[in-house]
Amino acid sequence: MPEEVQKEIEEVLSREYEWGFVAPIEEEVAPPGINEDIIRYISEKKEEPDWMLEWRLKAYRIWKSMWERGEEPHWAYAHYPPIDYQAISYYAAPKKKPKYGSLDEVDPEIRRMFEKLGIPLEEQKALAGVAVDAVLDSVSVATTYRKKLEEMGIIFMSISEAIREHPDLVRKYLGTVVPPGDNFFAALNAAVFSDGTFVYVPPGVKCPIELSTYFRINAARTGQFERTLIVADKNSYVSYLEGCTAPMRDEHQLHAAVVELIALDGAEIKYSTVQNWWTGDEEGRGGIYNFVTKRGLCAGKNSRIMWVQVEVGSVITWKYPSTILKGDNSVSEFYSVAITNKRQQADTGTKMIHIGKNTRSRIVSKGISAGYGNNTYRGMVKILPSAENARNYTQCDSMLIGNNCGAHTVPSIEVRNPTAVSEHEATTSRIGEDILFYCRQRGLDEEKAIELIISGFAKEVLRQLPMEFAVEARKLLSISLEGSVG
Amino acid sequence: MKTLLEIRNLRAGIDGKEILKGINLQINAGELHAIMGPNGSGKSTLAQVIAGHPAYEVYEGEILFDGENILELDPEERAQKGIFLAFQAPVEIPGVPLLEFLKTALNELREARGEEPVDTMTFLNKVKELAKEIIGKEEVIYRGVNEGFSGGERKRNEILQMRLLEPRFAVLDEIDSGLDIDALKLVAKHINEMRSPERAFLLITHYYRILEHVKPDVVHVLYDGKIVRTGDYNLALEVEEKGYDWLLETANA
Ligand SMILES: Nc1ncnc2c1ncn2[C@@H]1O[C@H](COP(=O)(O)OP(=O)(O)O)[C@@H](O)[C@H]1O
Ligand SMILES: [Mg+2]
Repeated sequence: MPEEVQKEIEEVLSREYEWGFVAPIEEEVAPPGINEDIIRYISEKKEEPDWMLEWRLKAYRIWKSMWERGEEPHWAYAHYPPIDYQAISYYAAPKKKPKYGSLDEVDPEIRRMFEKLGIPLEEQKALAGVAVDAVLDSVSVATTYRKKLEEMGIIFMSISEAIREHPDLVRKYLGTVVPPGDNFFAALNAAVFSDGTFVYVPPGVKCPIELSTYFRINAARTGQFERTLIVADKNSYVSYLEGCTAPMRDEHQLHAAVVELIALDGAEIKYSTVQNWWTGDEEGRGGIYNFVTKRGLCAGKNSRIMWVQVEVGSVITWKYPSTILKGDNSVSEFYSVAITNKRQQADTGTKMIHIGKNTRSRIVSKGISAGYGNNTYRGMVKILPSAENARNYTQCDSMLIGNNCGAHTVPSIEVRNPTAVSEHEATTSRIGEDILFYCRQRGLDEEKAIELIISGFAKEVLRQLPMEFAVEARKLLSISLEGSVG
Repeated sequence: MKTLLEIRNLRAGIDGKEILKGINLQINAGELHAIMGPNGSGKSTLAQVIAGHPAYEVYEGEILFDGENILELDPEERAQKGIFLAFQAPVEIPGVPLLEFLKTALNELREARGEEPVDTMTFLNKVKELAKEIIGKEEVIYRGVNEGFSGGERKRNEILQMRLLEPRFAVLDEIDSGLDIDALKLVAKHINEMRSPERAFLLITHYYRILEHVKPDVVHVLYDGKIVRTGDYNLALEVEEKGYDWLLETANA
């Protein structure tokens, strides 16, 4: 590409973060640092039972020994300065704890912030058929639709509440898919997780609405350690949406969430994410470190887990939503579109571990790299000897915009049953000047043209998202790739 | 008669290499001009420069459309003023359904003219009808733009777009190459149907064939970046009979 065009594209790509602002909410913040006292402090603040404190302490000791042994992972295709874990504050709560009963009681600052983000909590949500359990700075501040769901026996609440109100259920499943010792960040999360969401759908119940939580980061130097646990009992169905935009800050922020999904016999869970954490400036300063462990367990026969993700934000993302296909005939799908621009580095993909007979998995990954972004697909398909007739299909497409970005594909396929079949396809393409010119000749400006091209490229993923989300996601993709031209 | 497009002493090229070496051309509303010339003479370069391809450099001269110099305008602004280019080699845009592409394009042009977006049903019916008539099958509108289209289908698709977008000035770059005689007649028919006192065409070809069906008002011969001869329909006949070398001899004489 001629330099002029290259420059133009770069300029287009350098749009400022539209939703970068900070809502001034008074907060109670724990002093920085991590030790057993801080863990006791968190547990006490959250009025947790003893078993929970013990669970956290055990996790902390695992993390500490991993830390001492130097087991912080550095293997992903990403580079960042060392994180000072003693400089992070591990707990923040709004001072005025609002009541859950009525939205009118919610801090008007918080509500203004939601409105600014275009996520009105009230009638608009009802119209959209979405119940929102909003997590702001690690503590839930508003829950809607609770009553209606309660009548159906569906539990949808913050995990802190669930620990108090449904201790048996939480205790039975927490850490069963992602045990505290699973990896460095999972251990850290287990020790200090601030809040998150708990969902339980009883046998035979189909959840009638999309459940949704919006995560935000709103306190500088406060790591976010969300914990989500979703259990779909026999023959139940639930679709869960997670979306986020974050206020702009000029310091790196660590985000190490854990998500656990459990689908029993015949149950189906759909987990969709739109991730739009602050990406940092042109040099990557101030962006979010997004180190997430997401894993689902198809525990029962004929169970089904579907991951859909649109990854747009963060300066560094490590994320491999994975599924363990344990139940016979269980099915898992993974649809992902990830954009890296500016100095963003994304290392994302999935792991499909086939254990049960006739298990099926399908992976569709679309990576888009622009600016100086680096996008890596890292996938693992593992078919164990027990997985008679297992099938996997993997499709992995990369698109490059400009000449300074990179795309990498690191697939790993291990088939240990002779009746199993795994297929892999990969393509790389470039939004060339000629395609752009063709569109512009027909009257589309560069912004419109890129939006159209990208949504075509990511179509297979976008159409898996719930309708309202798909429109939002498509908009987000084009916003993150270009700016107000002219 | 009103002048629609005027090119004055245009020198242009790519990567520092001069390809167009002083082009002068005046096209009035209502006219159809043909440009003939051997391979590599600069025909496509001229088309791309008129449409504003950013890779090409203009060293000197002006292109006036409706009396306004358009050289500083972006390609989309030129398109919005009513300039259309049927590409010699139309690209493929995978995953973007033709229908959606056409709707976006038409609405962008309408918006620039201060008009409302098209009505979805009216639009759908019109596109289906055009696809059936020009490409021969309706279902192509649900495919990605030019995705899996044959060379001929891509050319027809350019004509489809011209009909739908109704430009005031259309440059058709070798729209005839790779078409069989029936397709050629079909393309010619659509060009003829679109001719009107407000509209003008610049038809680039190196074959006489299509000109039999689309009678040009003016014929130019481009050779090595310069227009070496301008005449009427008979010039095309002469070129067909005697080739370009003959022309060069007389031009130099
Ligand atoms: N992108 C390009 N880079 C370098 N040279 C080019 C490029 N495009 C065209 N040319 C050169 O310019 C000359 C004219 O090409 P073109 O305008 O395509 O001619 P025509 O359409 O008449 O066959 C040729 O010598 C060709 O090789
Ligand atoms: Mg040509």
